[in-house]
Amino acid sequence: MKKITAIIRREKLEDVKDALELVGIHGMTVSDVRGRGQQMGIRESYRGMDYCVDLIPKVQVEVVVDSEDLEKVIETVTENARTGDIGDGKIFVTDVLDVVRIRTGERGKKAI
Amino acid sequence: MDAVLNSGDTAWMLISTALVMLMTVPSVALFYGGLTKKENVLNTMFLSLIAFAVTSLIWVLYGYQFAFGADIMGLIGSPANLFMNGIGVDKLAELAPTIPDFLYIAFQLTFAAITVALISGAIVERMKFSAWLAFIALWVSLVYVPVAHWVWGGGFLAQLGALDFAGGTVVHINSGVAALALVYLLGRRKDTRLLPHNLGYSVIGAALLWFGWFGFNAGSALTAGGLAASAFLVTNTAAAAGMISWVIIDYLKTGKPTVLGGISGAVAGLVAITPAAGFVTVPAAIIIGLVTSALSYLAISYLKPRIGYDDALDVFGIHGMSGIWGSVATGIFAAPFINELGTGLIYGNPGQLTAQVVAVVIVAVYSFIVTLVIGKLLDLTVGLRVTEKEEIEGLDTHLHEETGYRI
Repeated sequence: MKKITAIIRREKLEDVKDALELVGIHGMTVSDVRGRGQQMGIRESYRGMDYCVDLIPKVQVEVVVDSEDLEKVIETVTENARTGDIGDGKIFVTDVLDVVRIRTGERGKKAI
Repeated sequence: MDAVLNSGDTAWMLISTALVMLMTVPSVALFYGGLTKKENVLNTMFLSLIAFAVTSLIWVLYGYQFAFGADIMGLIGSPANLFMNGIGVDKLAELAPTIPDFLYIAFQLTFAAITVALISGAIVERMKFSAWLAFIALWVSLVYVPVAHWVWGGGFLAQLGALDFAGGTVVHINSGVAALALVYLLGRRKDTRLLPHNLGYSVIGAALLWFGWFGFNAGSALTAGGLAASAFLVTNTAAAAGMISWVIIDYLKTGKPTVLGGISGAVAGLVAITPAAGFVTVPAAIIIGLVTSALSYLAISYLKPRIGYDDALDVFGIHGMSGIWGSVATGIFAAPFINELGTGLIYGNPGQLTAQVVAVVIVAVYSFIVTLVIGKLLDLTVGLRVTEKEEIEGLDTHLHEETGYRI
């Protein structure tokens, strides 16, 4: 099992969510995060003074899937989160040792 | 004016007094609170709240008496009724003979309180609360009270002919310059960026300030009549012109109108019209409002970074600069057909402009020097500034053991 952690643009969340739904991925955890990559941040101006805000608000989508679904999910997220401009985000993939469904006690693939 | 109680005047002044109270809390508290970091929102609001409370007590114990008592050599009032003893509920105010004395005292109280609260915007995010408490008491006693006497209580600036309808010199230049003196002593914050944590608070605060300012300026007519109505209209006009002016500057400089710029311009317009509110025409109010935003903008965007003082929320930039312009503009635009007490430069009386400039300089110099002395005294005793750890982690948890937001 794998966990896909996708850090994407906030405005792309709905597109990614709908696309994952179409390929059969329903479960996900979404959080508001701030971070930076290679871009220089965004500019804000207060009373005529410019400030560079280099920790930019993004959305983090976490999805745990069976390993055979991994490429499908990566492809779906990549296609739907991409604008082509700097700041589109990143996807991290990690191994998941086990999953437990608290309500039933089911484990592994059945609990996803 | 006959010394007979007028219920219309009394009703209007009761409302005006409550409106000016609203300017301090919640208006200034929200306006400033939204501009600070979220770790300091409670402390910032508390600075205004406590300023109102401490000043309220000082004013009724002795402040009003020294400010508005019988003049002694043009410098200070004679305290005849300390602690309000000997003033009957039916006694009428000497300077406003159609309303009760107690009402005039309460009205003036709200002016003293907001003046101190305004200063707090400069020193937020780094001043000890204990030092602020002591500062309020000393500053009201040693700076506000004498200056109020000089300008409004029959002191030497009033005798000189200086005009200040609702507080250009007494409130705005006084607080703006005091703010400058205090930040000079306090030093710069570790993080001097102005990244407001909740601009929505500031928008509500500024809008409430605008609303309360009708009591501040139109109430300063001290009667419910034509002069109050004129002051009301020019106040609104200057605020609107100030906002439009700042938005235009924003467009020219960055291509985008900022909300903070809009409300800053409105407040700058309100400040600038304050000394002139009972003396000028509507066209003059438009000019005053349009010009003042440019002056405040210049001070904040160019003067402040060049000199390097850390006036956190731009008290000098907005209240100081716009107060100075408003006081000078009163000397230029005062129209005798609006108020017979004032004839400005464009109506053939250059002496009025001279009197205004003299008042501006004297109040600014006095406020700066005495505030420096008070601040230095506090620095050597209770200490002015919080520790580096307290400043970085936020004053709410360290000074009050509370946080503004649980989530």
